[in-house]
Amino acid sequence: MARKPRDNEHTCPHGVSRRGFLGSLGAGAVAAATLGRPGETAPPEVADAVEPSKVTLLVNGRRHRLLVEPRWTLLHVLRERLGLTGSKPGCERGECGACTVLIDGVPRYACLTLALEAEGHEVTTIEGLMRGEELGPTQQAFAAEDAFQCGYCTPGQIMAAEGLLRAKPAPTVAEIRLGMSGNLCRCGAYPHIVKAVRRAAEARKGGGR
Amino acid sequence: MSPVCFAPDSGGGGGASTPAPWGETKVVGARLPRVDAYERVSGSAVYTLDLQLPGMLHAAIVRCPHAHARVKRIDTAKAETMPGVRGVLTGESPGAAIPWYQGREGPLSLLFDPHCRHEGEEVAAVAADTALQAHDAARAVVVEYEELPFVVDPDKALAPDAPKVHDWGNLLGQPRVTTRGDVAAGFAAADAVVEMTFRTPVQMHTPMEVHVSVAQWDGDRLTVWDSTQGVYAIREALAGALKLPLASVRVVGHYMGGGFGSKLELGKYTVIAALLARRLGRPVKAALTREETFLVAGNRPSNVITLKAGAKRDGALTALEARLSGPVGAYPTSAVSAYQIGDLYTCPNVKFETTNILIHAGKARPFRAPGFPSCNWALEQVVDTLAEKLGLDPVELRLKNIPTVSQLNDNAPYTSTGLARCLTEGAVAFGWTEARRRPKTAGHLRRGVGVAAGMWGYGGDPNATAIVTLYADGSVNLNTGASDLGTGTKTVLAMVVAEELGVAPDRIQVEHADTATTKFAPSSGGSQTVLVNSPAVRAAAIEVKRQVLEIAARQLDKPVGDLAVADGAVVVAGAGGKRVPFSELKGLGERRMLVGVGMRHPHPEGKLALPFAAQFAEVEVDTRSGAVRVLRVLAAQDSGRVMNRLTFNNQVFGGVVQGLGFALTEERVLDRATGKMVNANWHDYKVPTMLDSPAEAECLPIDPHDTECNTVGAKGLGEPAHIPAATAIANAIHDAVGVRPLEAPVTPARLVALLAAQERKG
Ligand code: FES
Ligand code: FES
Repeated sequence: MARKPRDNEHTCPHGVSRRGFLGSLGAGAVAAATLGRPGETAPPEVADAVEPSKVTLLVNGRRHRLLVEPRWTLLHVLRERLGLTGSKPGCERGECGACTVLIDGVPRYACLTLALEAEGHEVTTIEGLMRGEELGPTQQAFAAEDAFQCGYCTPGQIMAAEGLLRAKPAPTVAEIRLGMSGNLCRCGAYPHIVKAVRRAAEARKGGGR
Repeated sequence: MSPVCFAPDSGGGGGASTPAPWGETKVVGARLPRVDAYERVSGSAVYTLDLQLPGMLHAAIVRCPHAHARVKRIDTAKAETMPGVRGVLTGESPGAAIPWYQGREGPLSLLFDPHCRHEGEEVAAVAADTALQAHDAARAVVVEYEELPFVVDPDKALAPDAPKVHDWGNLLGQPRVTTRGDVAAGFAAADAVVEMTFRTPVQMHTPMEVHVSVAQWDGDRLTVWDSTQGVYAIREALAGALKLPLASVRVVGHYMGGGFGSKLELGKYTVIAALLARRLGRPVKAALTREETFLVAGNRPSNVITLKAGAKRDGALTALEARLSGPVGAYPTSAVSAYQIGDLYTCPNVKFETTNILIHAGKARPFRAPGFPSCNWALEQVVDTLAEKLGLDPVELRLKNIPTVSQLNDNAPYTSTGLARCLTEGAVAFGWTEARRRPKTAGHLRRGVGVAAGMWGYGGDPNATAIVTLYADGSVNLNTGASDLGTGTKTVLAMVVAEELGVAPDRIQVEHADTATTKFAPSSGGSQTVLVNSPAVRAAAIEVKRQVLEIAARQLDKPVGDLAVADGAVVVAGAGGKRVPFSELKGLGERRMLVGVGMRHPHPEGKLALPFAAQFAEVEVDTRSGAVRVLRVLAAQDSGRVMNRLTFNNQVFGGVVQGLGFALTEERVLDRATGKMVNANWHDYKVPTMLDSPAEAECLPIDPHDTECNTVGAKGLGEPAHIPAATAIANAIHDAVGVRPLEAPVTPARLVALLAAQERKG
């Protein structure tokens, strides 16, 4: 199946027919597939939903060359192909944020991002916040404030916090509440999460990344 | 009370008395971050869903799309030839005719029952190389159904012509009536009587990690990794389903992403994984999708509660009479609990009737204090209304009726009750009186405050065994069968060891929740984990300490009475006393390890140890949109001793947030025309987000210093933190706008309708 990577950052580099998608995917991925540039009219090159394509992904500073099915989400590839199980599936349809990663420093739902879409972008997962075996400052803040219970939403929460703090190093409580509202915590650890994000902001003041 | 700590090598002798309650503690009660915080924030904690075993296959389950149907034909031919597919399982497959759900006269259903009694019932399963392939193939299984008439509305299920869920009809057992005193006389003696009918929603657990198991066989031995609340309960049920000896089944449940009661019982997916793994000779992972968890992994049943209450002018309750009913789903369990009506307040005349109804929907499972929040929603709003009628402060009326005995249990006294203190000290900390005095604003944003009290009715399993091992280098292994759902169990139990044995918590490794390597602990549910396991752990640690001191006494030639343990060493009493680190104890070096086995002490005889709570909330209601914002909450909790202040607060806030969901946002919606759930996802089923959660939340532990409840002084926390939360919000809404939100959740639409009706009435 022909494929031709394009330069545009916001366009899926591999044309995939909408129909092929609908045949094999849940609603979440369909939403992701419609991210194409508005007004773009060139007919997409059609890839079979399960025909593997080559892709190069830059994850936590490492380059990975992989064969992926066009329908595979970034979350699927991170977990099942790269063994990075820190990013969690909660719903796989863009409703919970457990799968949040940074793409070019911005928090994104990895379940709503196709692996093919992530090509040419810098992907950071929870594993990528570590400094060797040491926790990064945002991770440390979550541990110190006990900002989790079961911990399953936590990698996603931390990535959302990391993205928020990179964009806004000194957020107000209102900004934290808004910025973190795309991440569900069924255990209800929200009050401690707010504290952790504030603590992380403090810690990063002194040159944390 | 019998002594219950011993060591295999203690040769009888010491350790034979119930340990005295702790006085001041050094470690227990501190704000200690979790012992497994690193794993959880680094992303390295392996949850069952993360597990990858060599050669592992993935299962997907074919489910009935109808509320009620009979399977006429299953055609798996196409699915079997699809890429990656390794095997298909149906009810016809060898070994798959497994009975499921016990009724009075035998099993009510099968693992794959051709008679499907609710949307989502299991029809077949597929195993393939990847999860996507398995789901593709599951979709390709052709099933021909005969659709049958259904009933999903509990209000209609008892009508004579309603479609039957089971042969006998839709009533589960007979309505049960409980009576104490004479309610008619009680109402006749009352100065004020209130009667109201309440409706509560079906609330879904939806833990963040879906329900998932991985099964692997080694000859006749089955190992299952399961996202569960109790490895021992799952093992028992799984061994029963597969007719295996208990000893041949190992269940492991390390990190798990929440349960809230929905992961207490064996799921069909677990058995499906085991059957496929046996047939195919490879490990199999069976994970539900998020949508599936909404259909088949339990729920908190809706309740309809009519409650009538009478009180004297001074607030003393004279009578409570209630009818409670709710749908259990398609298979037996319990939908209602009137416990708090019978026991939260002193009341001489009580009568309640409970009815459980069958409908064509997924079976209910226990959900954080099963029945209690719904009952609380009725009781605490009625009590509030009585206070209003009598011109009493709601706190004052409640204080008038505080019991010190359990009226539902032959007036057995409580080992302690901090209910009155929760109310009075909570009111002070919240600024209750001042807040109530504030004049109401006239604009469209109205503020109000509310209070609700609550209690939990389960004191825990009396059985649990723990093992503490001290190694020659001074490091410690704590071995417990308990699951840590995120409540901090591992951390709290390690703190108990640290307290007794004088070792730093980071020198303690916790081995837990694995039937092969740990001893029995009951499932983590019903707020029993800490209060059941801590005494066992404490007993084990005390036994190790006894052996350490004996060895040290010999080495130092001092009487045991002069020795103590602290900071990983034995310390000789007196100023400048000698200090010998554990690693320098010769006897320990020779024996390599000292082992202490501890069991839980029996419950105190003739007494009950139960937790209590009072929660206060302030809300802002937008009378134009009907939107409610919870501005602040104060939770005063008598759960006995605070084991870890950090995790204590966290769990309390979690209970409050889930209560907020119950009060304002969460509700399963079944389509009347199809019987199918229309909001089986997190977009349409609204779990509170951070923006919904209270901006200010405060936790006020009330510790009555209970020396009788058990040997650590702690009572349950998970459930009582949740029980009154929703009702405090309801009462605050009433205070703000003067309407009674009888039906939960109080959505903007419902509240606007109530306000409009109020306006029409003038
Ligand atoms: S798993 Fe991606 S948003 Fe839920
Ligand atoms: S910590 Fe359990 S879902 Fe957030």
